[in-house]
Amino acid sequence: MQEIKDMVCPFCGCLCDDVTLEIDGDRIVSTDNCCTIGNAKFLGKHRLKNPIKKVNGKWVDITYDEAVDTAVDILLDADRPLLFGWSGTHGEAQCVGVHMNEILGGVIDSTTSVCHGPSILAIQEVGHPGCTLGQVKNRADLIIYWGCNPIEAHPRHMSRYTTYADGYFLDNAFRNRKVIVVDVRETETANVADEFIRIKPGGDYAVLSSLRAIIRGKGDMIPDSVAGVSRTQLMQVAEMCRTCSFGALFFGVGLTMAKGKYKNIRNAIELVDDLNRHTKFTLTPMRGHWNVYGANEVFSWMTGYPFAVDFCRGVAFYNPGETSAVDVLARKECDACMVIASDPGAHFPRACVEQMRDIPLIVIDPFQSLTTPLADLQIPAAVTGIDAEGTAYRMDGIPIKVKKAMDSDYPSDTEILTRIYDRMLEVKGL
Amino acid sequence: MKTLLIKNAFVIDPVQKISGEMMDIAVRDGKIVDDVKNPDQVIDAEGMLTLPGGIDSHTHICGTKVNFGRYMSPEDMRAGRTSRKGDMHATSGYSVPTTYGNSYRYSRMGYTTLLEGAMAPMEARHTHEEFRYTPMQDCLANTLFDGNWFALEAIQDKDIKRLAGILAWYLSAAKGFGVKLTNPGGTEAWGFGQDISCIHKPIPRFGITPREIIVRMIEANEMLNLPHSVHLHCNNLGKPGNYMCTLDTYNAIPDLNDKRQSLYSTHVQFHSYGGTSWNDFCSKADDIARSVNDKPQIVIDTGQVMFGKTTTMTADGPMEFNLYRLYHNKWSNHDVEMETGSGVIPVHYRKKNLVNAIMWSIGLELALLVDNPWQCILATDNPNGAPFVKYPEVMALLMSKEYREKEFATLHKSTGRRVALPAIDRELTWDEIAVMTRSAQARALGIIDYGKGHLAEGAEADIAIYPIHVDTTDPAHDYERIINGFSTTEYTIKRGEVVCRRGTCTLEGNHSTYWVKPHVSPAYDMSTDTAFIDGFNKYYSMRIGNYPVGDEYIGRNVCIETEASI
Ligand code: SF4
Repeated sequence: MQEIKDMVCPFCGCLCDDVTLEIDGDRIVSTDNCCTIGNAKFLGKHRLKNPIKKVNGKWVDITYDEAVDTAVDILLDADRPLLFGWSGTHGEAQCVGVHMNEILGGVIDSTTSVCHGPSILAIQEVGHPGCTLGQVKNRADLIIYWGCNPIEAHPRHMSRYTTYADGYFLDNAFRNRKVIVVDVRETETANVADEFIRIKPGGDYAVLSSLRAIIRGKGDMIPDSVAGVSRTQLMQVAEMCRTCSFGALFFGVGLTMAKGKYKNIRNAIELVDDLNRHTKFTLTPMRGHWNVYGANEVFSWMTGYPFAVDFCRGVAFYNPGETSAVDVLARKECDACMVIASDPGAHFPRACVEQMRDIPLIVIDPFQSLTTPLADLQIPAAVTGIDAEGTAYRMDGIPIKVKKAMDSDYPSDTEILTRIYDRMLEVKGL
Repeated sequence: MKTLLIKNAFVIDPVQKISGEMMDIAVRDGKIVDDVKNPDQVIDAEGMLTLPGGIDSHTHICGTKVNFGRYMSPEDMRAGRTSRKGDMHATSGYSVPTTYGNSYRYSRMGYTTLLEGAMAPMEARHTHEEFRYTPMQDCLANTLFDGNWFALEAIQDKDIKRLAGILAWYLSAAKGFGVKLTNPGGTEAWGFGQDISCIHKPIPRFGITPREIIVRMIEANEMLNLPHSVHLHCNNLGKPGNYMCTLDTYNAIPDLNDKRQSLYSTHVQFHSYGGTSWNDFCSKADDIARSVNDKPQIVIDTGQVMFGKTTTMTADGPMEFNLYRLYHNKWSNHDVEMETGSGVIPVHYRKKNLVNAIMWSIGLELALLVDNPWQCILATDNPNGAPFVKYPEVMALLMSKEYREKEFATLHKSTGRRVALPAIDRELTWDEIAVMTRSAQARALGIIDYGKGHLAEGAEADIAIYPIHVDTTDPAHDYERIINGFSTTEYTIKRGEVVCRRGTCTLEGNHSTYWVKPHVSPAYDMSTDTAFIDGFNKYYSMRIGNYPVGDEYIGRNVCIETEASI
């Protein structure tokens, strides 16, 4: 039995780096410091043993060499391939993906376009006053969770970085901080908040605007109730924000995907901006997948745009709504697709799933997923954080190296993609 | 064994005191040698201006805030796009190009070494990741310490040796090159939304003054025998009347190193402002230049502003917020726990804006009023003052009074009353430009001994051959030829290989990352210091064991090991 400390959990955007694993031979038998969802990933079973290919409607086992050749054929045959996913793999693999897409003239997109894409659009209009999570832990006396439920989606967020974490400038962190939760339903997180603001669905924009009006000294304009929230509560919350010494607003897909979408985020950013004229306030998107932020970073430095990048004109072109995965699929525009480290089969709209079923589809993933039945080829890879390593970016932009706990025969995503890319260059004579 | 012979080059190499000699340059295995027999490749440079590869000692090309500049500005990305061609990858961006965009464009201008001006050590991994995709240049990264709590505590305790130990640990952990201070104390104050004014008042919560931070850091820097000096972005950036603060700072700087300066003061244009508000804003470049002329221990870079659109980015968080309140475009801020902060906002410098016109003049005045070119480096603080692609224009402005006058006539009418530029007749020589774009950088960074910035035997064969014939070009009048000539080399050579020919990059440069590892005695080795380790694990949001950047991030690397005196 071997114990490894300070491992990094490859599940959510918290990227907790204090996990202890107990290893017995080639198996992780237990974890410590990990939350239940992280634990489930470390102890996950049912990995595919080898690449599989659909022949006449039946799955057959093939070798990695055959898998690489098949993938190359599919991608090079396509006029408009889509390379989608990337949020559950390391940055080094994402870089190969971008290079590959440049050769293919396809579209490369990550799960961002269906989670925090609207946040990025808002940031591109008004910017992003943010900070690292440790800054919140050490300084914040006011935390707001808006449209997110960390207790269930980011279980250690509150204990590592916010509510319960010890801070340099807070002697008694738990007692000295106030937590406000804003949501349309009473979540578990709402239950532990000092103040819960329940908004009628679709009312976020109005509530944000009201808070901004109050902060700007226009409180008398506010009606008695805004989207189900009383004027009194709005005044009280605005006062809490204005008078805290460091406020941190975290928001999730409950805000990005609610009515108003990116306009909500824009309003939230501008609220934070207004508050910075009175005190210190920051804002951080609660990113879901452990390296979805990394995909945004890698795409940005390599192509100039954080997601939904289209290379069909030779140059990088970006127009979310046109060049994002859902749109490319729904319009039945792409004629081949490679999905890596994500499960669009489980989350995409029906029209997109049908298109994925109808075109050649390659899946690179250690596990079977709801995308597998739609695929023509699945190549199993090592799991970053278990038997592969690589770089990931936490939800606040901090790059962390995700380590490996053991060796295995599985190639990493980088190895698989590099083989496909090299072969492509060879075939194309580049 | 690869050999190259460059024949008939017109060489200026200020480090070797070569000032315009026709000569041959021989290269073997990436290094300059005395001679080669039967070279594999011969380049006939037939009288073309041949210089050591350009070095930018203060630019922002890789890392967290640079990438945020891309991330938040699709409009800038659209402004400069190229598709894949030959060995060149697709690029995007004008003021904040993609990593390949930066690398190709710098290479085209003959630049072979770049120093990223500001890297938060906690985010160092990101900078190194981007360096990997900047293939044509050697890269170095200055490491931010302005708001480092461990460092501030050591200064509070007046324990300079411990301070040096802390710098050593972070530099090695981040694989950084030099010690960078950005608005020392001010970025920490910004953690709670405040700033500080100049260097004499104690900063909030730590009770020490910026002056103490700066001077103690310089002392600690020298104890570690680091190649580069402390690299300072002064307090009060961009504020009218801040020249007094800059002068105060300069007056506090000790002279501790006889090989190079003790202080590298960066983007000084932004710190040479007179007046009490934007209404009576004026140039004080004259006072600043006089102070520099008196103090061999100080080297500055100009931080030249050029007109047009660009993106500002700096670790000076409070300054960016102030600037945002002037421009009202968009504002990003990113404070880094226990270390520093940063901000990014787009700006547009306009000729008809009086303040902008004065800023433009100040940069040029500094370059013309500092007597010794070795003390005044040409830089735009890319992209803060302007994107680096403007360097050739800056060179032409400095070499031609006629060009300056022509430009000046297009500025806001009142500019002449607020600046001294029109009265300055100096026109810089070819040699002075060579000093200010490569040799002075190499000396200031302390990398001459590592074969950078010159063409002596044993040096790295980083060479720029420009299609400029010095004999037939009169820079005072032929400024268009200067601009064109410096914009695109005939050949850029990196470690003995032609990497760029007339603007087309032909292969990936064999680039390296330079970083520094000071050796300290066990008493000051923070990796075994329990107070340091416990404090680290308690207040950072990352475990100390996961913090250092591993070797796998830097590929080919040059580790500069120093023996510290602690
Ligand atoms: S909070 Fe997220 S990163 Fe941390 S252990 Fe749980 S799933 Fe893993």
